[in-house]
Amino acid sequence: MIRLRIAKRKPLPPWARVIIPVMAIVVTLILSAIPILLAGGQLWRSYFYLFYGALGTRFNLLETFVKGSPLILTGLAVAFAFRAKFWNIGAEGQLLAGALMATVLGVHLGGVPRPFALPIIITAGFLAGGVWAVIPAVLKTKLNVDDVVSTLLLNYVMWHIMGALLFGPLQQPGSSWPRSAAIVEAARYPMLLPRSRFHMGIIISFIAVFIIWIINNKTTFGYRSKAVGVNIRAAHFGGINTTAVIVWTALISGGLAALAGVGELCAIQYRLIMDISPGYGYTGIVIAMLGNLHPVGVLFSALFFSVIIVGAQTMSRMTGVPTYIAEVIQGMALMVMLVFLLFTEYRIRVMRK
Amino acid sequence: MIETQQPMVRMSSVTKHFLDVTANDKVDFILYPGEICSLLGENGAGKTTLMNILFGYYACDEGEIFIKGEKARLSSPKDAIARGVGMIRQHFALVPTQTVLENIVIGTHSGRSIFLDLKTARRKLLDLGKRFGLEVAPDAPVWTLSVGEQQKVEILKALYRDVDILIMDEPTAVLAPAETDDLFSTLKFLVREGRSVVFISHKLNEVMDISDRIVVLRAGRVVAKRQTRETTARELANLMVGRELNGNVSKKPFEPGPPVLEIQNLDVRNDRKLAAVNNLSLIVRQKEILGMAGISGNGQRELSEVLFGMRNPVQGVIKINNTPLRFGHPSSAIGLNMGRIPEDRMGTGLLMDLSVEENMILESHSCVDFQTYGLTRSKKINQYTDELIRAYNISTAGRDAVTKSLSGGNLQKVMLARELAGNPAIIIAVQPTRGLDVGAMEYVHQRLLQETERGAGILLISEDLDEVFSLSDRIAVIYEGKIMGEALAENASREQIGLWMSGVSQ
Repeated sequence: MIRLRIAKRKPLPPWARVIIPVMAIVVTLILSAIPILLAGGQLWRSYFYLFYGALGTRFNLLETFVKGSPLILTGLAVAFAFRAKFWNIGAEGQLLAGALMATVLGVHLGGVPRPFALPIIITAGFLAGGVWAVIPAVLKTKLNVDDVVSTLLLNYVMWHIMGALLFGPLQQPGSSWPRSAAIVEAARYPMLLPRSRFHMGIIISFIAVFIIWIINNKTTFGYRSKAVGVNIRAAHFGGINTTAVIVWTALISGGLAALAGVGELCAIQYRLIMDISPGYGYTGIVIAMLGNLHPVGVLFSALFFSVIIVGAQTMSRMTGVPTYIAEVIQGMALMVMLVFLLFTEYRIRVMRK
Repeated sequence: MIETQQPMVRMSSVTKHFLDVTANDKVDFILYPGEICSLLGENGAGKTTLMNILFGYYACDEGEIFIKGEKARLSSPKDAIARGVGMIRQHFALVPTQTVLENIVIGTHSGRSIFLDLKTARRKLLDLGKRFGLEVAPDAPVWTLSVGEQQKVEILKALYRDVDILIMDEPTAVLAPAETDDLFSTLKFLVREGRSVVFISHKLNEVMDISDRIVVLRAGRVVAKRQTRETTARELANLMVGRELNGNVSKKPFEPGPPVLEIQNLDVRNDRKLAAVNNLSLIVRQKEILGMAGISGNGQRELSEVLFGMRNPVQGVIKINNTPLRFGHPSSAIGLNMGRIPEDRMGTGLLMDLSVEENMILESHSCVDFQTYGLTRSKKINQYTDELIRAYNISTAGRDAVTKSLSGGNLQKVMLARELAGNPAIIIAVQPTRGLDVGAMEYVHQRLLQETERGAGILLISEDLDEVFSLSDRIAVIYEGKIMGEALAENASREQIGLWMSGVSQ
């Protein structure tokens, strides 16, 4: 008889932290062959168009970055919060808060020149998302309210606030749809490359990756939030103000998610609509996990996701495999990554009896 | 004459590796019926590993096990229990919210019927209890029982399963002296009926007291086997450590200075909102060690948590060098230059998942030397950590090694290095050597004595009387949250301290 047991393994060498996500992606693509074949696609042709569609032409490549930008920001938001064990499932709501703030300001910032308008919008948007995330952080630290539940539920609260405003004061005059008026020219992100939608928000998301890396690795705040994350009791014992750390972590996390919303509004949609986000906030959770909560990991996993999302369009057009396959692959990537993460600490021992 | 009997257990040439560590190296172990055999050794000597193999919890890499003459392949504790082997660990495997009876029948359910036959079980339990003098109320929820009673439940659980080879892993570590006596008479009674007991410990006096035979392990090997009547505690200590121990730590003459810590009329409640510390006052002076003895659970933990800034008292004042401590703020204790060695170093003191360096700077990471405008100065921090690692002789793969990879003794050295680095005026050390081996223990004691020579005052809260006696200048006994009595160490008798510990005044 053969029995399997799970046993602790030796700590893995540092390069494993890079190899493991890459392996996870390879395994995901192998497993994804099953639904693709079931959907009647030819395997190699489907995979070819999946990647060609995302990387093959200049426009598509830039589009991959356009899609990747909000995913980088929400992924960072979640990763930054999770590092301090603040379980922020609310990036979606914080994204909407940012978009909402950008709309309110963007519609009304008429005569203000762009160099002033954009910093105001970005800062205010960041704070709107930040404050929305601080609410559950305060509830958690002061009243011991579970953060998973409160951050998640606040997503729906924000979605309905947005709905109420879009059917009310923010509704475009004369429209019967739940959509706002367009924001003024000065509130729009500049486009950086001709014949594309490659906008300033993409640069912002890359800068955000860098800043979060600096905060995590080079600042006392990053040290404190890590300490709170691994052992809040020991951090408290060591004199760290754990409440302040969690609240500030939430503020930054919510702010990052909100920047994704500001970017979608000011660079892509130009007006607020109910489906401004196709669930970027939730996808951010998956991206954060796949990226091992590391900012550079988040960058790459967000770009991988956007390859899948953008490429699936072309694949679908050329091979008839439905675009939903992109979501299947995303889900699969999360599962595979979680299993791989388990095996970074444990191994299976085969015992013969 | 005992030697001719068929042994209950024979383990021959048992070897077990954990990653790179050899926990047991060709160990031979024999257990005869009707005897109490002690396994003696420092932490990490391989006692518990060997018994975990006998209990089927680990599989050995090499070697054979015979139980009652039959070769046994044990792939889980279930197999071991079926052959009559039971093990009681230091941390009990009881479900606190369930009753004694429910805890005892867990897992014995035959699988035939879907209903528990609690009536028969209760009768059997009461019978066992009467027979062995282990009477515990069957319907009491386990969390309401004292530690000693919980241990009785564990023993009953083993007897209920018809265990005749009972392994006790450090059973007295959690017990009060009276409870230990109880346990010992139970064990002696058990072996009189033909059962056998393996007693794992590193407390020499107890081993001398209880066992018929002693097997000493060191670094995974058997270094000696002795009949108890043919050996002495001193010989065992040397066998265990592998070198001559100087019996006592050197102590300098007692010359206390002005008070550094004053506790006035402190009242503290525990987590269940019951009074834990009652109107307690005490003073610790410069250059002295005040040893606070007491049986665990008499308010020591709550008192230390208040001192550390982790708990708010109901009322009272604590002054360090005449400055009042702000309650509930660990940063206040740190700011008043208190060195804090908490009881639970892995859960409270250290960040086990972070590096040694990140632990060293926990309290000082925001001081001017280590950061400018919130940016860490890694060079300075590296230097600082390396110096501490050298000064405290911490054996680690380096400052970036994850703390949980360190051994118990080195963890405590990290703790000491961090807490003593700022030359604290007052040191609160709670159980500073619990779970440490003799070498590490000696090191901690020497360090603490050095600190008093430098001028620090130390409040040593310990349940280990030997430690209290060998280090303290003054001894205070805490009982039910009050100071029962206080004496100069040279005038104090063990008997008097023991009486105070059990709540008898004079």
